Amino acid sequence: MAATARPVTPAAALTTSGAPTTKIHITVNGQLLSADVEPRTLLVYFLREVLGLTGTHVGCDTTNCGACTVHLDGRPVKSCTVLAVQANGRKVTTVEGLEVGGKLSPVQQAFYEEHGLQCGFCTPGMMMTATALLARNPNPSDAEVRDAIRGNLCRCTGYVNIVKAIKAAGKKMQETPPAGGGA
Amino acid sequence: MIPPQFEYYAPTSVDDAVALLSRFNGEAKVLAGGHSLLPLMKLRLAAPSVLVDINRIDGLSYIREEGGHLKIGATTRTNDLLDSALLHRSYPILTDAAQEIADPLVRNLGTVGGNVCHGDPGNDLPACMMALGAVYALAGPEGPRTVPASQFYKDTFVTAVEPTELLVEVRIPQAVTRQGSAYHKIEKRVGDFAMAGAAARVVLDDSGNVTAAGIGLTGVGATAIHAAKAAAALVGQPADDAHLLQAAKIAQEESEPMSDLRGPAEYKRAMAGVLTHRVLSRAVARAKGGA
Amino acid sequence: MSAESPHVKGGIGQSILRKEDARFIRGKGNYVDDVKLPGMLYLDITRSPYAHAKITAIRTDKALKVPGVLAVITGKDLEAAGLAWMPTLMSDKQMVLPTDTVMYQAQEVAGVVADSRYAAADGAAAVEVDYEPLPVVTNPFKALEPGAPVIRTDRAEKSNHIWHWETGDKSGTDEAMTSAAVRVSQDLYIPRIHVSSMETCGCVAHMDAVSGRFTIWMTTQAPHAIRTVYALVTGLPEQNIRVISPDIGGGFGGKVPVYPGYVIASVASIKTGHPVKWIEDRSENLQADSFARDYHIHAEVGATKDGHVSALRVKTLADHGYTDAAANPSKFPAGLFHIITGSYPFAKAFVEVDAAYTNKPPGGIAYRCSFRVTEAVYTIERMMDILAHKLNVDPAELRLQNFIPPEAFPYRSALGWTYDSGNYAGALKKAMEIIDYAGLRREQAEKRAKGELMGIGISSFTEIVGAGPSQTFDILGIKMFDSAEVRIHPTGKVIARFGTKSQGQGHETTYAQILAEELGIPADDIRVEEGDTDTAPYGLGTYASRSTPTAGAAASMAARKIREKALHIAAHLLEVSPDDIEWKDYAFRVKGVPGKSKTMAEVAFAAYTNHPKGTEAGLEATDYYDPPNMTYPFGSYICVVDIDKETGQVKVRRFVAVDDCGTIINPMIVDGQIHGGLTMGFAPSLLEEIQYDEDGNVHGGTFMDYLVPTAVETPNWETAKTVTPSPHHPIGAKGVGESATVGAPPAIVNAVMDALRPYGVEHIDIPLHPWKVWQVLHGGGKSA
Repeated sequence: MAATARPVTPAAALTTSGAPTTKIHITVNGQLLSADVEPRTLLVYFLREVLGLTGTHVGCDTTNCGACTVHLDGRPVKSCTVLAVQANGRKVTTVEGLEVGGKLSPVQQAFYEEHGLQCGFCTPGMMMTATALLARNPNPSDAEVRDAIRGNLCRCTGYVNIVKAIKAAGKKMQETPPAGGGA
Repeated sequence: MIPPQFEYYAPTSVDDAVALLSRFNGEAKVLAGGHSLLPLMKLRLAAPSVLVDINRIDGLSYIREEGGHLKIGATTRTNDLLDSALLHRSYPILTDAAQEIADPLVRNLGTVGGNVCHGDPGNDLPACMMALGAVYALAGPEGPRTVPASQFYKDTFVTAVEPTELLVEVRIPQAVTRQGSAYHKIEKRVGDFAMAGAAARVVLDDSGNVTAAGIGLTGVGATAIHAAKAAAALVGQPADDAHLLQAAKIAQEESEPMSDLRGPAEYKRAMAGVLTHRVLSRAVARAKGGA
Repeated sequence: MSAESPHVKGGIGQSILRKEDARFIRGKGNYVDDVKLPGMLYLDITRSPYAHAKITAIRTDKALKVPGVLAVITGKDLEAAGLAWMPTLMSDKQMVLPTDTVMYQAQEVAGVVADSRYAAADGAAAVEVDYEPLPVVTNPFKALEPGAPVIRTDRAEKSNHIWHWETGDKSGTDEAMTSAAVRVSQDLYIPRIHVSSMETCGCVAHMDAVSGRFTIWMTTQAPHAIRTVYALVTGLPEQNIRVISPDIGGGFGGKVPVYPGYVIASVASIKTGHPVKWIEDRSENLQADSFARDYHIHAEVGATKDGHVSALRVKTLADHGYTDAAANPSKFPAGLFHIITGSYPFAKAFVEVDAAYTNKPPGGIAYRCSFRVTEAVYTIERMMDILAHKLNVDPAELRLQNFIPPEAFPYRSALGWTYDSGNYAGALKKAMEIIDYAGLRREQAEKRAKGELMGIGISSFTEIVGAGPSQTFDILGIKMFDSAEVRIHPTGKVIARFGTKSQGQGHETTYAQILAEELGIPADDIRVEEGDTDTAPYGLGTYASRSTPTAGAAASMAARKIREKALHIAAHLLEVSPDDIEWKDYAFRVKGVPGKSKTMAEVAFAAYTNHPKGTEAGLEATDYYDPPNMTYPFGSYICVVDIDKETGQVKVRRFVAVDDCGTIINPMIVDGQIHGGLTMGFAPSLLEEIQYDEDGNVHGGTFMDYLVPTAVETPNWETAKTVTPSPHHPIGAKGVGESATVGAPPAIVNAVMDALRPYGVEHIDIPLHPWKVWQVLHGGGKSA
């Protein structure tokens, strides 16, 4: 690791007084960080409460809803069921990392243009899954989109516009491939 | 939502992992994908005082044919099964099953080892492994040993692996010509546990008779069920629909379902039959060169 | 929209993109769990494993020893402050924390306050409680039998019967039913479900001892009502209470009640002097928060021999859980269930509902139901199909034959509602055309001959929303008006605040569109705020699809008040008499003199720099809108299903939804509401239910077992519209948020029963699990 990790002080809210901790090094949205965490600290709480990246949400306690979806080494995973220590030495991308230089990603833009969100709570997780899908399969069918997001629950939209948004983003990305190469 | 405290180790070799499991002798649990274990800990239904994370052990994630076997490493991610052209081509039962497990996010971390070791009768791979005649390779303080999948499952959440052992590999007899296999489960909703599921492998001779068969059932007993009688009834018979239906009926009788939120026992039993028939038909079609 | 016709950018009828999305797509929403205050503590709750038990001891010593735990609060602590029990929105009582008896599994028993979320969880797990189990009552019929264990020993009347409510002409209906040539009857059970918005409930309570201000960020759909309830219950002065409802991740009715967690967190903040955050887990949300439905219905329809409906008689047993905490308008304990005559002109009707206590969590209307309209529409639309079957008449034809015709509006129903407008045949015919109904019936005949199972189901619903007129509607005595406060700045930009609270419905956009239309100012220049009781005008909140009918109307009325004043300023600027000015094409124009005009923006500037003598400066208005009537959106849905004969699995092949919500403010947003609403009608029909065994153990209490639809099984909804404006609403709009959840379930169930017609079964209760269908197909014959 050539770059120097920026140390992050875990919020008091996340460390049980006196509990043993482990040092982790983790790259989040391109920034290398180090922190001391309890082994039981869930990645989602590390992101939300230690790093203040509250775009990733907690929607359930049985690994079903996907509101907590982030990328771990490029693969979409449910961060509520990953220990922060498991992400040691790895790269994490959250919804906050989708924008590049203040410019919305094609997926973000498409969710906006196709009305792919209502309350917005499932949206970050949904967009993370969508971004990973389109990186592997830029031209998915409706069925492929629906299958890819089956681990992301939404109560507001009925999914119709989410599917439209993801397909529209895929089309857009094929027309104008991003300079940085997606998320 | 918040798991209780535990000690955490991330060994980098199988030997170190086994040493840790031995040291803590039953108090430690293996953390692979974590998507069965961590949910239990978050609900505080399980509270192991030690977790041994095996994800840092190199060389435990692979899919390859070697020495007459298909070998799958324990920490192979479930989604890796779907990315394997070899499996799609020669062992589609595994890609069928992978496609039906949970959801793509869970599958990015959930492992083959975890799915076969957890012991939930709702896990999908055990029935497939039974149908394929797989054996599991375990590493332990007494040395390595293998256990056939058909003898691995004792009771719900109780398998043959000792608390001081680690499953390191799944070994499946290499596919032969005119072999076909398939898996299918039905569920109340995609990603849920099965109401019932069936796994089948058949090998045909050039006259279309069955020379070998394996059948496994998901979700219709305290464990995955090895429907040995049903499979035996097929061997030596023509692979026509009448015989497949007959085998399905026997498989139905080998099931031991319980009524629960996923259906009354009577229904699950009937579905064991319906699904066995469907996967046998599919396996036969694939053995003949179809899809 | 033609290029020539004048329009304002972002006015009514345009599908402008949403203003609120900017923060959500960046992950910069501000939900309650995102709120972080210095020194903030965390609350977690110890809950009862028993459905009914005496608490014989609570030991907190282990919990207090957990590192980070600062306090444990029990019922005895609250009792001292008079807070162990609090009123419900239906004037019953509910426990915040029990002092001696728990009455449902997962009931709150103790609150643990700690310096971290993790320590609070450890603390909650360390509280030790001794219970003495008591007999459990889970069946509401058994609850009403003599000798049943009495759950609410705190009540004077020692029974589990909460109330009896009835409406209609009992003797007239009995007579009409007896003399009807054709009669059908059916028992229908609608099981308990839970709305499970993606964000669970929670709050951050902050009592600032120095300033005396109590601020609470809360997942609430009705911030002002909550503020007033807090004032009445706690005695804190209302001007010192600030309720902030920030971004809310879905409400659907589940975020209307006052949950014990809010009160415990508030007490904890007062006790510790720190802000206290409480965020429930999903399991807690499913197992303890307000449920919906749980109606056992017996319905009868009488008709003439040529199929004209004449009489409707309905008797219902409502399972309310251990207390009546449904947030209904106070005069309607069964909500608006008596819309049940639906789209049909029943001359005689009688409805009675009895409510029972059981050992289950309380609630009843928290799932996008418009106050029990889901139950009413399910009943009448199922009965119409059952009647059609009895008469051997096509169900579309039976409906078309019976519909209240457009010329009959305003139409007064036999149960006392005056429907504002409707064109039921128009909607059904449109749906039939889109889906090629005749073609589907032909296909069905062919398939039936081959033994294949295909079904077509219709639902032609009438909704009732916009609660409500002050003569009949109040919640805890507070009338159900709603409000808009609109102010135009000197540079012609607008800020507007409302008494409602969006939880995803897009008010920041749609209210701006109404104002844009009324003021001639582009929607981009209009800022909409809701949810902070310090700044927003008083309102009753957003639920039961009431926002557009009430606050949307208030927006129009406030804007028109502004226009009235603005007209005088324009006259002043144009140096003419106000009588010579007309508001036309979004500007103040001198009649007959094209080219002499002032825009609202120009008038606004003048309001601060050049206001006419005798007029106050400024340009703003507030309106508290008391709706003269409810509004009655309607629609027709047609569902096509195919059934796998071997497994009983039901697949929705097609679903066409024709909705009429009057004037459509933003077509894109309305479609989004319908897609989401249809999915919440699909879910209880096929997937969702919460059940209790005899010991009161909950089944379906986590997302592993409570199966919310994913994108895979959710059909690709097809939507269309007819437009029949409301004659009494300022812009003719009716509200639409719940129509689809109301209308969809009978369409799906009717389709499945239609497919199963050859098997001679009249009804199967939802959810239509595959094994229930299979049991019919394989000789069961009886509905499960």
